[in-house]
Amino acid sequence: MNILVCIAKAPDTTTKIKFSPSANALDGNGVTWIVNPSDEWYALVRALELKEAAGQGKVSIVTVGPAEDDSIIRKALAVGADEAFRINMQPDCAASVAAQIAAWIHQQPFDFILTGKETIDYNGSVMGGLLAAELDLPYIPLIEKLTVQSGCATLSRDIGGGTEEVQVQGPFVASATKGLAEQRIPNMRGIMAARTKPIHVVEPQPLESTVQYLDFALPAEKGACKMIDPDNMDELVRLLHSEAKAL
Amino acid sequence: MNVLVYIDLQLGRPRKNAAELLTYAHKMAAGGAVTALVLGPCSEDLVQLGDFGAQRVLHLSAPELASFDGLVYGKLLAEAVAFSQSDALLLAFDHSGKAIAPVAAAKLKAGLVAGAVGLPQGNLFPVKAFSGKALAKVRVLTAQWIIALTPNSIPAERNSCPAAVEAWTPTSIPVSKIQVIAKHKNDSDIPLPEAERVVSGGRGLKGPENWGLIEELAHELGAATACSRPVSDIGWRPHHEHVGQTGITIRPNLYIAAGISGAIQHLAGVNSSKTIVVINSDAEAPFFKAADYGVVGDAFEVLPKLTQAIKKFKAEQA
Ligand SMILES: Cc1cc2nc3c(=O)[nH]c(=O)nc-3n(C[C@H](O)[C@H](O)[C@H](O)COP(=O)(O)OP(=O)(O)OC[C@H]3O[C@@H](n4cnc5c(N)ncnc54)[C@H](O)[C@@H]3O)c2cc1C
Ligand SMILES: Nc1ncnc2c1ncn2[C@@H]1O[C@H](COP(=O)(O)O)[C@@H](O)[C@H]1O
Repeated sequence: MNILVCIAKAPDTTTKIKFSPSANALDGNGVTWIVNPSDEWYALVRALELKEAAGQGKVSIVTVGPAEDDSIIRKALAVGADEAFRINMQPDCAASVAAQIAAWIHQQPFDFILTGKETIDYNGSVMGGLLAAELDLPYIPLIEKLTVQSGCATLSRDIGGGTEEVQVQGPFVASATKGLAEQRIPNMRGIMAARTKPIHVVEPQPLESTVQYLDFALPAEKGACKMIDPDNMDELVRLLHSEAKAL
Repeated sequence: MNVLVYIDLQLGRPRKNAAELLTYAHKMAAGGAVTALVLGPCSEDLVQLGDFGAQRVLHLSAPELASFDGLVYGKLLAEAVAFSQSDALLLAFDHSGKAIAPVAAAKLKAGLVAGAVGLPQGNLFPVKAFSGKALAKVRVLTAQWIIALTPNSIPAERNSCPAAVEAWTPTSIPVSKIQVIAKHKNDSDIPLPEAERVVSGGRGLKGPENWGLIEELAHELGAATACSRPVSDIGWRPHHEHVGQTGITIRPNLYIAAGISGAIQHLAGVNSSKTIVVINSDAEAPFFKAADYGVVGDAFEVLPKLTQAIKKFKAEQA
């Protein structure tokens, strides 16, 4: 079993967000970077579980990012991935990430490809679908279960208001959400082993961007919170109706 | 500009968000053609889509579309954009939209706005980033645009026009490689990301046996239920109810949180809600800083009182 997991870098969830002077990007000063949670906790761990259950195979990870992302890649290798590929460019949108990964996969096929549900910075949740379309593979978003038996995968996916169980023969792309696996904390052995695992650097293709992010800003601060007497819920309902227009 | 709107079906009927999507398309088109596209068997008269501004409705009711595959739907949408000579494709940034939009974008090589939260200025679309901690603009650099609209972004407005409904025949229907073997419905009827009202519980509710308090209030309000991450991690509530930075991001009109402290990762998923009510026994709970209305009190006493007050209010309104 030869599995690819797409890994993004993300600012730690407690990061106080600030922007560069041009407001076109996050100000990375003082930011602690992590592996995007759903990529690490669910997609990567499930890939490792499937490889372990099969007793053979390989779990590769791919990141589109600059050299400084190697420290994030090592974290994912410490969790247990076998080898890493880094497509050497600053990603500017999900579409260019997908196009770069697709161009590279054409020379390097996998049994299936997992992504996370969404990155916690741009929250696009579209990279997997873009990649599937580029490769003309079936795309199963938001999977909560995945088993594989003799080339046939059974997946359970969140369809909003319920779940759907599906089967796919042959390669596919799926995005991983909560429930697919339990987070694994890397142990000392994993961290040591990660130091010598290979990170292959792949040069990017010349491709044009289709969208551009700009004018980042913080939302307006909330006004003061109105406190309501816990014994006067009629007052709360009145305010929700007449002031907030929420009822 | 001409806009094609994809109208998703739920149990054979247009989803509620059709009205919002058509309103948005009507404004964006600014006099251009608004065409609606419906895929799959539908039990309702699609002329009603004219109420919100659809001038033309294309309907492809092939039975093989009854089971959903983003790759198949995305390819059909790409063809329908060309067929209807549309400049932009609009669809919801929801479960199905997130699977279809990227496919259509890749096939058309068109720029994709993932999660617009308002109307554009020229080719600049407002979006949220960093799980609601920031706002940003997305500029579309291609001639054709794919816009995925976050639910509850603009109010629906009527724009009655007589819609012409036509059966649409694409050159071919791609064969799906995905086989659906079972479907399970959740207990609650309202999918969380689309809910206009949400009642949410945290660890302060002490155990799953107490969720009746949350459910009764939600029932009175016609609201969906949600929870904080630890609550779904311990298994008190199903995973799909987990809201926050690593769960679902929601922006309902009304979010009521009981027994939730308001950690930064929780706020990230809910702080775009229009009105936030926080019920917490600790006056120092950080959530009050993000709230519009706060009640310092024991959720076990406050929730039933609030449910009663809502009942009374509804009786008075009736
Ligand atoms: C990487 C990462 C990602 C995370 N992602 C998320 C996420 O997506 N969503 C999320 O929710 N969390 C997330 N968290 C967890 C988050 O940091 C908090 O730990 C979590 O939100 C706390 O949940 P809680 O408020 O239910 O519980 P607690 O923090 O235990 O708070 C319980 C609250 O209930 C109140 N209370 C107690 N008894 C009563 C009573 N009788 N009546 C009224 N109030 C009462 C208490 O005063 C307290 O404020 C994440 C954490 C990390 C590290
Ligand atoms: N720069 C990147 N390199 C590799 N994978 C990525 C990158 N950005 C996003 N992904 C993957 O695509 C998923 C969805 O990303 P997004 O569409 O940005 O929400 C993430 O969870 C990752 O698995």
